[in-house]
Amino acid sequence: MSHVGIVLISHSSKVVEGIKDIIRQVVHDVPVEVAGGTDDNDIGTSVEKVQGAIERAYSEKGVLLFFDLGSARMNAEVAIELSEYDNIKIADVPLLEGSYVGAVESGMGKSLEEVLESAKSVLNPNH
Amino acid sequence: MELQVQHALNWIEKTNEKIQTNKDYLSALDRAIGDGDHGLNMARGFQEAVGKTTSSSYTSVSDIFKDVAMTLMSKVGGASGPLYGTAFLKMSMAVKGEDSVSHERFTKGVEEAINGIIQRGKAKEGDKTLLDVWTPVLRMLQEQSDFEADSLENTAKSAMESTKDVMAIKGRAAYLKERSIGHLDPGSVSSYYLFASLAEVLKEGE
Ligand SMILES: Nc1ncnc2c1ncn2[C@@H]1O[C@H](COP(=O)(O)OP(=O)(O)O)[C@@H](O)[C@H]1O
Ligand SMILES: [Mg+2]
Repeated sequence: MSHVGIVLISHSSKVVEGIKDIIRQVVHDVPVEVAGGTDDNDIGTSVEKVQGAIERAYSEKGVLLFFDLGSARMNAEVAIELSEYDNIKIADVPLLEGSYVGAVESGMGKSLEEVLESAKSVLNPNH
Repeated sequence: MELQVQHALNWIEKTNEKIQTNKDYLSALDRAIGDGDHGLNMARGFQEAVGKTTSSSYTSVSDIFKDVAMTLMSKVGGASGPLYGTAFLKMSMAVKGEDSVSHERFTKGVEEAINGIIQRGKAKEGDKTLLDVWTPVLRMLQEQSDFEADSLENTAKSAMESTKDVMAIKGRAAYLKERSIGHLDPGSVSSYYLFASLAEVLKEGE
Protein backbone atom coordinates (compact mmCIF):
# COMPACT_ATOMS: atom_id res chain seq x y z
CA MET A 1 0.00 0.00 0.00
CA SER A 2 1.36 3.42 -0.85
CA HIS A 3 0.93 6.42 1.43
CA VAL A 4 0.54 10.14 0.99
CA GLY A 5 4.03 11.58 1.45
CA ILE A 6 4.68 14.24 4.08
CA VAL A 7 7.17 17.08 3.56
CA LEU A 8 8.17 19.30 6.50
CA ILE A 9 9.47 22.77 5.59
CA SER A 10 11.01 25.05 8.19
CA HIS A 11 13.44 27.94 8.43
CA SER A 12 15.51 25.71 10.68
CA SER A 13 16.68 22.16 9.94
CA LYS A 14 16.59 21.41 13.68
CA VAL A 15 12.86 22.13 13.79
CA VAL A 16 11.97 19.68 11.04
CA GLU A 17 14.42 17.01 12.21
CA GLY A 18 12.82 17.20 15.65
CA ILE A 19 9.30 16.98 14.28
CA LYS A 20 10.27 14.05 12.12
CA ASP A 21 11.60 12.25 15.22
CA ILE A 22 8.29 12.83 16.97
CA ILE A 23 6.33 11.47 13.99
CA ARG A 24 8.64 8.46 13.57
CA GLN A 25 7.88 7.30 17.09
CA VAL A 26 4.38 6.39 15.95
CA VAL A 27 4.31 6.34 12.15
CA HIS A 28 6.77 4.14 10.29
CA ASP A 29 5.67 3.41 6.73
CA VAL A 30 4.75 6.93 5.62
CA PRO A 31 7.41 8.83 3.66
CA VAL A 32 8.39 11.84 5.79
CA GLU A 33 10.99 14.14 4.25
CA VAL A 34 12.43 17.39 5.54
CA ALA A 35 13.47 20.68 3.91
CA GLY A 36 14.98 22.79 6.68
CA GLY A 37 17.18 25.87 6.31
CA THR A 38 18.76 27.39 3.22
CA ASP A 39 21.18 25.75 0.79
CA ASP A 40 23.98 26.86 3.11
CA ASN A 41 22.05 25.63 6.17
CA ASP A 42 21.42 29.16 7.36
CA ILE A 43 18.02 30.15 8.72
CA GLY A 44 15.59 30.36 5.80
CA THR A 45 14.11 28.01 3.24
CA SER A 46 15.27 26.70 -0.10
CA VAL A 47 13.18 25.86 -3.15
CA GLU A 48 15.77 23.27 -4.13
CA LYS A 49 15.51 21.53 -0.78
CA VAL A 50 11.73 21.50 -1.03
CA GLN A 51 11.92 20.08 -4.55
CA GLY A 52 14.28 17.33 -3.36
CA ALA A 53 12.04 16.47 -0.42
CA ILE A 54 9.00 16.27 -2.73
CA GLU A 55 10.87 13.87 -5.03
CA ARG A 56 11.87 11.63 -2.13
CA ALA A 57 8.44 11.66 -0.48
CA TYR A 58 6.49 11.18 -3.69
CA SER A 59 4.05 8.34 -4.15
CA GLU A 60 1.14 8.11 -6.59
CA LYS A 61 -1.11 9.14 -3.71
CA GLY A 62 0.54 12.53 -3.69
CA VAL A 63 2.42 14.68 -1.21
CA LEU A 64 1.28 17.11 1.46
CA LEU A 65 3.58 19.99 2.40
CA PHE A 66 3.69 21.60 5.85
CA PHE A 67 5.50 24.90 6.52
CA ASP A 68 6.33 27.20 9.42
CA LEU A 69 6.44 30.92 8.44
CA GLY A 70 5.10 32.87 5.44
CA SER A 71 8.17 32.81 3.24
CA ALA A 72 8.41 29.02 3.64
CA ARG A 73 4.92 28.88 2.16
CA MET A 74 5.99 30.99 -0.81
CA ASN A 75 8.92 28.68 -1.51
CA ALA A 76 6.60 25.68 -1.16
CA GLU A 77 4.31 27.20 -3.81
CA VAL A 78 7.23 27.85 -6.13
CA ALA A 79 8.42 24.25 -5.73
CA ILE A 80 4.95 22.95 -6.61
CA GLU A 81 4.72 25.18 -9.69
CA LEU A 82 8.13 23.96 -10.86
CA SER A 83 7.25 20.29 -10.33
CA GLU A 84 5.49 18.12 -12.88
CA TYR A 85 3.09 16.58 -10.41
CA ASP A 86 -0.47 17.77 -9.92
CA ASN A 87 -1.19 15.89 -6.69
CA ILE A 88 0.82 18.03 -4.31
CA LYS A 89 -0.88 20.28 -1.79
CA ILE A 90 0.05 22.69 0.98
CA ALA A 91 -1.54 22.39 4.42
CA ASP A 92 -2.06 25.83 5.95
CA VAL A 93 -1.97 24.54 9.54
CA PRO A 94 0.44 24.59 12.49
CA LEU A 95 3.54 22.68 11.38
CA LEU A 96 4.00 20.33 14.32
CA GLU A 97 0.41 19.47 15.16
CA GLY A 98 -0.76 19.39 11.57
CA SER A 99 2.02 17.19 10.22
CA TYR A 100 1.70 14.79 13.15
CA VAL A 101 -2.03 14.30 12.59
CA GLY A 102 -1.49 14.17 8.82
CA ALA A 103 1.19 11.50 9.10
CA VAL A 104 -1.03 9.36 11.32
CA GLU A 105 -3.90 9.61 8.84
CA SER A 106 -1.62 8.91 5.92
CA GLY A 107 -0.48 5.77 7.75
CA MET A 108 -4.10 4.59 7.67
CA GLY A 109 -3.97 4.70 3.89
CA LYS A 110 -6.13 7.81 3.49
CA SER A 111 -6.20 9.93 0.34
CA LEU A 112 -4.46 13.29 -0.08
CA GLU A 113 -7.75 15.17 0.45
CA GLU A 114 -8.56 13.17 3.58
CA VAL A 115 -5.11 13.70 5.05
CA LEU A 116 -5.39 17.43 4.34
CA GLU A 117 -8.82 17.63 5.98
CA SER A 118 -7.66 15.82 9.11
CA ALA A 119 -4.58 18.05 9.34
CA LYS A 120 -6.90 21.07 9.23
CA SER A 121 -8.87 19.65 12.15
CA VAL A 122 -6.03 20.68 14.49
CA LEU A 123 -7.21 24.27 13.97
CA ASN A 124 -10.46 23.31 15.67
CA PRO A 125 -9.53 20.94 18.51
CA ASN A 126 -13.11 20.44 19.71
CA HIS A 127 -13.82 18.35 16.68
CA MET B 1 14.40 53.58 -26.71
CA GLU B 2 14.07 49.81 -26.41
CA LEU B 3 15.76 47.54 -23.88
CA GLN B 4 18.35 45.32 -25.53
CA VAL B 5 20.19 42.31 -24.12
CA GLN B 6 23.14 44.49 -23.07
CA HIS B 7 20.84 46.91 -21.22
CA ALA B 8 19.26 44.06 -19.29
CA LEU B 9 22.68 42.66 -18.37
CA ASN B 10 23.82 46.11 -17.19
CA TRP B 11 20.61 46.49 -15.20
CA ILE B 12 21.26 43.32 -13.23
CA GLU B 13 24.92 44.23 -12.67
CA LYS B 14 24.14 47.76 -11.47
CA THR B 15 21.46 46.43 -9.16
CA ASN B 16 23.94 43.99 -7.73
CA GLU B 17 26.49 46.77 -7.18
CA LYS B 18 23.98 48.88 -5.27
CA ILE B 19 22.88 45.92 -3.19
CA GLN B 20 26.45 44.89 -2.33
CA THR B 21 27.28 48.50 -1.37
CA ASN B 22 24.17 48.79 0.79
CA LYS B 23 24.07 45.23 2.11
CA ASP B 24 24.58 46.26 5.75
CA TYR B 25 22.08 49.10 5.44
CA LEU B 26 19.40 46.74 4.09
CA SER B 27 20.06 44.27 6.90
CA ALA B 28 19.93 47.06 9.48
CA LEU B 29 16.52 48.13 8.13
CA ASP B 30 15.36 44.52 8.39
CA ARG B 31 16.77 44.24 11.91
CA ALA B 32 14.47 47.07 13.00
CA ILE B 33 11.25 45.42 11.82
CA GLY B 34 12.18 41.89 10.75
CA ASP B 35 14.90 39.31 11.22
CA GLY B 36 17.85 41.31 9.91
CA ASP B 37 18.74 39.23 6.85
CA HIS B 38 17.41 41.24 3.90
CA GLY B 39 20.83 42.62 2.94
CA LEU B 40 22.40 39.20 3.16
CA ASN B 41 19.57 37.57 1.23
CA MET B 42 19.64 40.11 -1.60
CA ALA B 43 23.45 40.25 -1.72
CA ARG B 44 23.68 36.48 -2.01
CA GLY B 45 20.89 36.27 -4.58
CA PHE B 46 22.11 39.04 -6.88
CA GLN B 47 25.76 38.00 -6.62
CA GLU B 48 24.75 34.53 -7.82
CA ALA B 49 22.50 36.04 -10.48
CA VAL B 50 25.33 38.17 -11.87
CA GLY B 51 27.61 35.13 -11.71
CA LYS B 52 25.10 33.35 -13.91
CA THR B 53 24.40 36.18 -16.37
CA THR B 54 28.06 37.14 -16.87
CA SER B 55 29.06 33.55 -17.59
CA SER B 56 26.29 32.91 -20.12
CA SER B 57 25.59 34.36 -23.55
CA TYR B 58 22.12 35.58 -24.39
CA THR B 59 20.07 36.36 -27.45
CA SER B 60 17.00 37.60 -25.60
CA VAL B 61 16.12 39.76 -22.61
CA SER B 62 13.57 37.12 -21.66
CA ASP B 63 16.27 34.49 -21.06
CA ILE B 64 18.25 36.88 -18.86
CA PHE B 65 15.20 37.57 -16.69
CA LYS B 66 14.50 33.85 -16.49
CA ASP B 67 17.99 33.00 -15.26
CA VAL B 68 17.80 35.82 -12.71
CA ALA B 69 14.42 34.49 -11.56
CA MET B 70 15.58 30.92 -11.10
CA THR B 71 18.75 32.01 -9.30
CA LEU B 72 16.90 34.29 -6.88
CA MET B 73 14.31 31.63 -6.13
CA SER B 74 16.90 29.01 -5.28
CA LYS B 75 19.55 31.11 -3.54
CA VAL B 76 17.85 33.78 -1.46
CA GLY B 77 16.29 31.88 1.45
CA GLY B 78 13.88 34.57 2.72
CA ALA B 79 10.59 35.91 1.40
CA SER B 80 12.40 38.18 -1.04
CA GLY B 81 13.60 35.10 -2.99
CA PRO B 82 10.24 33.77 -4.16
CA LEU B 83 8.89 37.34 -4.48
CA TYR B 84 11.66 38.83 -6.65
CA GLY B 85 12.03 35.45 -8.34
CA THR B 86 8.37 35.38 -9.29
CA ALA B 87 8.57 39.03 -10.44
CA PHE B 88 11.47 38.28 -12.81
CA LEU B 89 9.84 35.07 -14.03
CA LYS B 90 6.64 36.96 -14.94
CA MET B 91 8.65 39.71 -16.66
CA SER B 92 10.54 37.03 -18.55
CA MET B 93 7.28 35.54 -19.80
CA ALA B 94 5.85 38.94 -20.72
CA VAL B 95 8.80 39.88 -22.95
CA LYS B 96 9.29 36.45 -24.46
CA GLY B 97 9.66 36.36 -28.24
CA GLU B 98 10.83 39.98 -28.51
CA ASP B 99 14.38 40.76 -29.64
CA SER B 100 14.32 44.02 -27.75
CA VAL B 101 11.78 45.24 -25.26
CA SER B 102 9.65 48.29 -25.98
CA HIS B 103 8.35 50.61 -23.28
CA GLU B 104 4.91 49.12 -23.77
CA ARG B 105 6.14 45.52 -23.39
CA PHE B 106 8.19 46.41 -20.36
CA THR B 107 5.18 48.09 -18.76
CA LYS B 108 3.21 44.90 -19.37
CA GLY B 109 6.05 42.95 -17.79
CA VAL B 110 5.95 45.07 -14.63
CA GLU B 111 2.19 44.62 -14.46
CA GLU B 112 2.58 40.84 -14.71
CA ALA B 113 5.36 40.92 -12.13
CA ILE B 114 3.07 42.72 -9.70
CA ASN B 115 0.32 40.17 -10.31
CA GLY B 116 2.84 37.46 -9.52
CA ILE B 117 4.00 39.19 -6.33
CA ILE B 118 0.37 39.54 -5.22
CA GLN B 119 -0.41 35.92 -6.04
CA ARG B 120 2.65 34.78 -4.10
CA GLY B 121 2.50 37.03 -1.05
CA LYS B 122 -1.20 37.97 -0.84
CA ALA B 123 -0.26 41.58 -0.03
CA LYS B 124 -1.75 44.72 -1.53
CA GLU B 125 -0.47 48.26 -1.99
CA GLY B 126 -0.16 50.01 1.38
CA ASP B 127 0.76 46.86 3.34
CA LYS B 128 4.37 48.11 3.68
CA THR B 129 5.92 45.64 1.28
CA LEU B 130 7.89 46.00 -1.92
CA LEU B 131 4.56 46.35 -3.73
CA ASP B 132 4.49 49.91 -2.36
CA VAL B 133 7.34 50.71 -4.76
CA TRP B 134 6.40 48.44 -7.68
CA THR B 135 2.81 49.69 -7.93
CA PRO B 136 3.54 53.45 -8.16
CA VAL B 137 6.29 52.62 -10.68
CA LEU B 138 3.75 50.73 -12.77
CA ARG B 139 1.29 53.65 -12.64
CA MET B 140 4.05 55.98 -13.78
CA LEU B 141 5.03 53.67 -16.65
CA GLN B 142 1.39 53.42 -17.74
CA GLU B 143 1.08 57.20 -17.87
CA GLN B 144 4.04 57.55 -20.21
CA SER B 145 4.70 56.31 -23.72
CA ASP B 146 8.48 56.07 -23.52
CA PHE B 147 11.11 55.38 -20.87
CA GLU B 148 11.87 58.43 -18.73
CA ALA B 149 14.84 57.80 -16.50
CA ASP B 150 14.38 60.73 -14.13
CA SER B 151 10.76 60.15 -13.36
CA LEU B 152 11.45 56.44 -12.86
CA GLU B 153 14.15 57.24 -10.30
CA ASN B 154 12.02 59.91 -8.59
CA THR B 155 8.86 57.83 -8.46
CA ALA B 156 10.65 54.81 -7.01
CA LYS B 157 12.49 56.97 -4.49
CA SER B 158 9.48 58.81 -3.11
CA ALA B 159 7.46 55.59 -3.04
CA MET B 160 10.24 53.93 -1.04
CA GLU B 161 10.44 56.88 1.36
CA SER B 162 6.70 56.86 1.96
CA THR B 163 6.80 53.30 3.38
CA LYS B 164 8.24 54.81 6.56
CA ASP B 165 4.95 56.18 7.90
CA VAL B 166 2.94 53.05 7.17
CA MET B 167 2.05 50.13 9.43
CA ALA B 168 3.02 46.70 8.11
CA ILE B 169 0.15 44.36 7.26
CA LYS B 170 2.13 41.62 5.47
CA GLY B 171 5.50 39.99 5.93
CA ARG B 172 7.43 39.53 9.12
CA ALA B 173 7.12 43.21 10.09
CA ALA B 174 3.35 42.72 10.41
CA TYR B 175 3.95 40.91 13.72
CA LEU B 176 5.10 44.26 15.15
CA LYS B 177 1.83 46.02 14.23
CA GLU B 178 2.11 49.78 15.04
CA ARG B 179 5.72 49.38 16.14
CA SER B 180 6.56 48.94 12.44
CA ILE B 181 5.63 52.59 11.84
CA GLY B 182 8.61 54.94 11.55
CA HIS B 183 10.84 52.46 9.72
CA LEU B 184 11.43 52.04 5.99
CA ASP B 185 10.38 48.73 4.49
CA PRO B 186 13.60 46.87 3.57
CA GLY B 187 12.10 45.25 0.48
CA SER B 188 10.93 48.64 -0.78
CA VAL B 189 14.46 49.99 -0.42
CA SER B 190 15.93 47.09 -2.41
CA SER B 191 13.20 47.60 -5.03
CA TYR B 192 14.21 51.26 -5.19
CA TYR B 193 17.80 50.14 -5.96
CA LEU B 194 16.41 47.92 -8.71
CA PHE B 195 14.51 50.74 -10.42
CA ALA B 196 17.22 53.35 -9.77
CA SER B 197 19.65 51.00 -11.52
CA LEU B 198 17.28 50.71 -14.46
CA ALA B 199 17.09 54.51 -14.61
CA GLU B 200 20.89 54.66 -14.82
CA VAL B 201 20.93 52.13 -17.63
CA LEU B 202 18.30 54.15 -19.50
CA LYS B 203 20.35 57.34 -19.09
CA GLU B 204 23.46 55.70 -20.47
CA GLY B 205 21.44 54.41 -23.41
CA GLU B 206 20.03 57.79 -24.35
N1 LIG C 1 3.70 38.67 1.72
C1 LIG C 1 4.52 39.56 1.16
N2 LIG C 1 4.15 40.22 0.02
C2 LIG C 1 4.98 41.11 -0.56
N3 LIG C 1 6.20 41.44 -0.06
C3 LIG C 1 6.61 40.84 1.07
C4 LIG C 1 5.80 39.88 1.74
N4 LIG C 1 6.48 39.45 2.83
C5 LIG C 1 7.66 40.11 2.83
N5 LIG C 1 7.74 40.95 1.78
C6 LIG C 1 8.87 41.84 1.42
O1 LIG C 1 10.07 41.15 1.71
C7 LIG C 1 10.91 41.94 2.54
C8 LIG C 1 11.69 41.07 3.50
O2 LIG C 1 12.56 40.24 2.78
P1 LIG C 1 13.57 39.25 3.51
O3 LIG C 1 14.08 39.89 4.76
O4 LIG C 1 14.60 38.89 2.50
O5 LIG C 1 12.69 37.98 3.85
P2 LIG C 1 12.15 37.42 5.27
O6 LIG C 1 11.03 38.31 5.65
O7 LIG C 1 11.73 36.03 4.97
O8 LIG C 1 13.30 37.51 6.22
C9 LIG C 1 9.97 42.90 3.23
O9 LIG C 1 10.64 44.11 3.55
C10 LIG C 1 8.85 43.11 2.22
O10 LIG C 1 9.11 44.19 1.34
MG1 LIG D 1 14.28 39.25 6.65
